[in-house]
Amino acid sequence: MSRPGSGWNRHLREWSVALAYLVLLVLLAFLAPAFYKPDYLRGLLVSKSTVLIAAVGMTLVIVARQIDISVGSQFSVCGVIAGLLAQSGLPMPLVALGTVLAGSLMGACNGVLVALLGLPSIVVTLATMAIFRETLRWWREGEFVFGLPANFQWFGLGQQTGQWAIVAVAGVVFCVAAWSLRNLAGGRAVYAVGSDQEAARLAGLKPQAVVFAIFVGMGAMVGLASLLNAVQFGVVDPNSGVGLELQVIAAAVVGGTAISGGRGTLIGTLIGVALLGTIGPALVFLGFEPQWEKAVQGLIILAAVASDAVGGRKR
Amino acid sequence: MDEAGTVRALLKLTNISKAYAGIQALRGVSFDLKAGEVHALVGENGAGKSTLIKTITGAVVPDEGTIEVDGQLIDENNPSTARNLRIRAIYQQPALFPDLTVTENIALGLEPEGSWRRVRWGRRRAQARALLDRIGAEIDPETEVRRLTMPEQQLVEIARALGADSRILIMDEPTASLSEKEVDNLFRVIRELRSEGVGIIYISHRLEELPKVADRVTALRDGTLVGTQPMGSVNRSDLIRMMVGREISAVFPKRQVAQGDTRFEVRGMTSKAEGVHDVSFSVRSGEILGLAGLIGAGRTELARTLFGLSPIDAGEILLDGKPIRIANPGEAVSHGIAYVPEDRRRHGVILDMSVADNSTLAVLKSISNRGWLNFGKEAALAASFVERLGVKTASIAAPAGSLSGGNQQKVALARWLATEPSVLILDEPTQGIDVGAKAEIHRLMCDLAERGLAIIMISSELPEILGMSDRIAVMHAGQVVGLVDRTSATQENLLAMALGHTPEELAQSAGVGP
Repeated sequence: MSRPGSGWNRHLREWSVALAYLVLLVLLAFLAPAFYKPDYLRGLLVSKSTVLIAAVGMTLVIVARQIDISVGSQFSVCGVIAGLLAQSGLPMPLVALGTVLAGSLMGACNGVLVALLGLPSIVVTLATMAIFRETLRWWREGEFVFGLPANFQWFGLGQQTGQWAIVAVAGVVFCVAAWSLRNLAGGRAVYAVGSDQEAARLAGLKPQAVVFAIFVGMGAMVGLASLLNAVQFGVVDPNSGVGLELQVIAAAVVGGTAISGGRGTLIGTLIGVALLGTIGPALVFLGFEPQWEKAVQGLIILAAVASDAVGGRKR
Repeated sequence: MDEAGTVRALLKLTNISKAYAGIQALRGVSFDLKAGEVHALVGENGAGKSTLIKTITGAVVPDEGTIEVDGQLIDENNPSTARNLRIRAIYQQPALFPDLTVTENIALGLEPEGSWRRVRWGRRRAQARALLDRIGAEIDPETEVRRLTMPEQQLVEIARALGADSRILIMDEPTASLSEKEVDNLFRVIRELRSEGVGIIYISHRLEELPKVADRVTALRDGTLVGTQPMGSVNRSDLIRMMVGREISAVFPKRQVAQGDTRFEVRGMTSKAEGVHDVSFSVRSGEILGLAGLIGAGRTELARTLFGLSPIDAGEILLDGKPIRIANPGEAVSHGIAYVPEDRRRHGVILDMSVADNSTLAVLKSISNRGWLNFGKEAALAASFVERLGVKTASIAAPAGSLSGGNQQKVALARWLATEPSVLILDEPTQGIDVGAKAEIHRLMCDLAERGLAIIMISSELPEILGMSDRIAVMHAGQVVGLVDRTSATQENLLAMALGHTPEELAQSAGVGP
């Protein structure tokens, strides 16, 4: 088939990360079977669902040879907006719509600056990260959002059903995005722009439009992820997004998305989210101190990038 | 001087050969330079001048041959050895650090004082000032280089090379962007240096300046030495004869095709951004128009303007007699204009993407239904082009990067043929590909012309231009300076025009001498 990144060799990264993940799961099965308690696994799945949604957006951003480090701030802002909209008595579908729109709007800000003005995305999103965060602080003074209506938490479905609903939404978003990236002309354009923007322009594509759309999409994904996160709690924490950018960028990179653009698959990102999300709890179950989590995650990221460098040299 | 009273060679190259990826850039070239001599080096684009220069500066290691400086054999020449031997080069494209000031740039070219020594900036500034004064350049040494114009940067580059106190100075087209006054200043400095015993290798396409500065001249052609002559014994037309006459090694599969009506016409087109002025020409359906000229004459720039990559400031473009507007590549494509860019490795194909993805990239709309890609259609389209163009690839799913240069070029061509263009602009279509693939591309061009396409072919190889074109437009300094029919074109008259001479001028100089 002629899809981007087809052929066994080109999926080497996805296979090897999947293999590493499998090894981890087998290790856990033998050494710490307690890990496989259904309630615990469901909780883990739910908490990583929101990360996955944001990581999907980030994968597109990185494949297009951009970066967005303002997603953590966007996430915090969207969470507060979701809480306030719900508090004001709006029905849940409108709350959801409003939250996604708020995210898209912030994404559009980044998109205008990066795509239209041609500013480097790392600087733009570094600035907007601070701006979004500080605006939120100035506006809310760090206050939690209390007094949420009963139908806000778990969408009023009760904990278990609500949890499955969140996982289902993440699953649908992932499948639609993965399918689109392969099967839509727009998806092909993302890879082309990320590989060689000038070549894409010469081929009659519109790189600026592609980059703008990708940032808006990133914002929308963050809005959705933030909503799904907020409904898990009885109050909204205005710092819910702190550190999110690192988690999602790391997941994409570990999953084989090239930071230099043009290469990467969403399947890879899914495995990346799973591996990085499981390693922390796994360490605890295997008897290590929890503070090792970050260090081991760091090692995994380094190993991924190093294997790229070595593989790249071979070619 | 040795006992015999002759000036000993300062630099002596013997039987230098060098091949890049199978293409022979230099073939047994010998060259010598005396102290206190200006030795001009002439040749067409690709004749091997740059490679020769690079072997002297140590940037390139020759496959065969020896280099002697002052009678001493240089075992392994590399840039730092060459630097220690006080060999300096001024390149056509200034190689300065744009974010540093003029003083800092010049200081970097001076004798290094060691990494841990304090740089005496006051002294450096004074030196920079003195060097700039010497060549009569009015440039503030404290300016950042990126704020300077191209000619100013060229002057800084010259000042830097002077400051290095070189014994062998190589100047590659130093006057390309200089004004007359600056050129005069430069020539004065060159004469001063010569009288101080510096050996200077002087490369220039401006043949008329050579008698003013050069003592001897050496011509290269296709990587071989044509000859070395005292400057006084050759005139301009002799030089041109020495430069041209490249071997026509391949037989061109040119076919006479019935030509239709004028398909594409440009009238008085100017693009300030690309430096293209008042260009007019037309191409008929079934015709191949060759676009000849030296590097920097504005051929690629013209193509970029026609494809909507740069705005048009004046003039008009007509397609089938009707004026059209081309503001961006998308509009060009929708009018049926296709552009296969120069340097396919950079922008012609996307190396990471598969052959199929590459060949359908410009027609994503027609292989998809409301944005949904139809992989069956894509595979069929790609497979048909792979077959038609004879692309040698393991499968249409193989990444374009895994193909040879010639096959990559065919994929780039496939991408554009898929748009079913009526006007095809090919920019150096056979640059850097092997002879077999070259012939296939040429045959393909004939097939396309037969189908009624109007083809504009940019090429730096005169034999290719002469072999494939029905008519030839020659560019010089951003303008079309001549339109010649296939039958009346010769390497001599094309090169003369590309160098900016009119044929009458040339006839005159041949008659009267230099």
